[in-house]
Amino acid sequence: MSGFGVILARDLKLALRQSGDSLTAIGFFAIATVLFPFGVGPESEILARISGGVLWVTALLASLLSLERVFATDFEDGTLDQLLLSGTPVSLIVLAKVVAHWATTGIPLIIAAPILAPTLHLPASGYGPLLAALALGTPTLSLIGAVGAALVLGARRGGVLLSLLVLPLYVPVLIFGTAAVEAGITDMAVRPPLLVLAGMFVLALTMAPFATAVALRQAAQ
Amino acid sequence: MHKYANPTEFMRIANAVLPWAAGVTVICFMVGLPLALIASPADYQQGEAYRIMYIHVPSAWMGLMVYSIMAGGSAGFLIWRHPIAHLVARASAPLGAIFTALCLVTGMLWGQPMWGTFWVWDARLTSMLMLFFLYLGYLALGEAFEDPERGDKAAAVLALVGTVNLPIIHFSVEWWNTLHQPSIFTMKGMTISADMIWPLFAMVFAFMGYYVCILVLRLRSEILNAKIRNARSARAAQPMSATTTAATQGAP
Repeated sequence: MSGFGVILARDLKLALRQSGDSLTAIGFFAIATVLFPFGVGPESEILARISGGVLWVTALLASLLSLERVFATDFEDGTLDQLLLSGTPVSLIVLAKVVAHWATTGIPLIIAAPILAPTLHLPASGYGPLLAALALGTPTLSLIGAVGAALVLGARRGGVLLSLLVLPLYVPVLIFGTAAVEAGITDMAVRPPLLVLAGMFVLALTMAPFATAVALRQAAQ
Repeated sequence: MHKYANPTEFMRIANAVLPWAAGVTVICFMVGLPLALIASPADYQQGEAYRIMYIHVPSAWMGLMVYSIMAGGSAGFLIWRHPIAHLVARASAPLGAIFTALCLVTGMLWGQPMWGTFWVWDARLTSMLMLFFLYLGYLALGEAFEDPERGDKAAAVLALVGTVNLPIIHFSVEWWNTLHQPSIFTMKGMTISADMIWPLFAMVFAFMGYYVCILVLRLRSEILNAKIRNARSARAAQPMSATTTAATQGAP
């Protein structure tokens, strides 16, 4: 367990010292969200109608933005080899990395979402479901994304490839995340989509670290 | 199973299967196409337009089946390092991608007269599109590395991760209310006329036979390629000293 704590603390410390990644994610989230009213027009009914989807899509892309860096810097400077040799179970190392990624991008996105939502005229009944859905969905995005990030280590054009690999697997999270916000706005049952999101989170939590560990060992060979 | 890890042994069997598969393909197409396009009755609701089903349904099934084969081969490659399993997986990927694309295109052409639109974002269509992207990701990842073996292994992991999509596609018409019609095979039996099911089966067998034929041909060329590569690297390693000494001797 100590290995897990050490890696997590190290990654969080690195992220704090050079807070570029978190700021990039938040900046992208804010800019992309604010662009939508210009693109689709400022009518509040239209914006309210699409607000849940827009917030989810931009949050998803923002989380994708920093994904490549989860393992890449450690892979390039050889830290990854040392970590794999340390004797800590690889899936636990992966989990620490994923938690660090979520803490540095997922949590800031969850905090920023309700601040950005008024620019899109999100109805008041949508805020609760939006926050709950983001809290359940963004860890799943980080877990699935880690598999892709480990697979493209050392690849040519890794960034583009990463989005091709990861986006199809992100789609279910996006569908149910948006469905939860939609249900909140239209006074439908919010619980079912949130339960599906929770189910996907548990599934990703149990399977993604092992797949990532296999991919990391291959990359380090 | 490890007996068939020898490419020569495997190809002996595969080459023996090839004429039979080719025969099944030709006969099934010759029987299936006239039955499907001319002899089978028009649908009471959809008229003649439903006949695109005889291409659409087999290609959808093949898209799923080939992905399962690809995932199985990838598992065999990662677990036992079975070289033939890997070759089968890699040779299957472009075929599966084409079957899936064919399914999407025929579905769009069928959707236009029936639903009034080429595309709807419902569960079945979306999950099939995701399957197509997974195929593309597999192909792109396999080619993305300097070291081919690294690409092979990464692609194999991706193929296994992508299997979560298979049950979603299969059950999408039952879990969600969609515009796509439900499967014709239910627990209570088939909900399709016998005049239509036989041409459909013939077409499915024709598609399967076609897949086996192309797979064997692709495997044959893959194995020949590997042999040529090995021979080349062996030759490059051996007379390297001879050529260099010749060059130094030739130099004044």
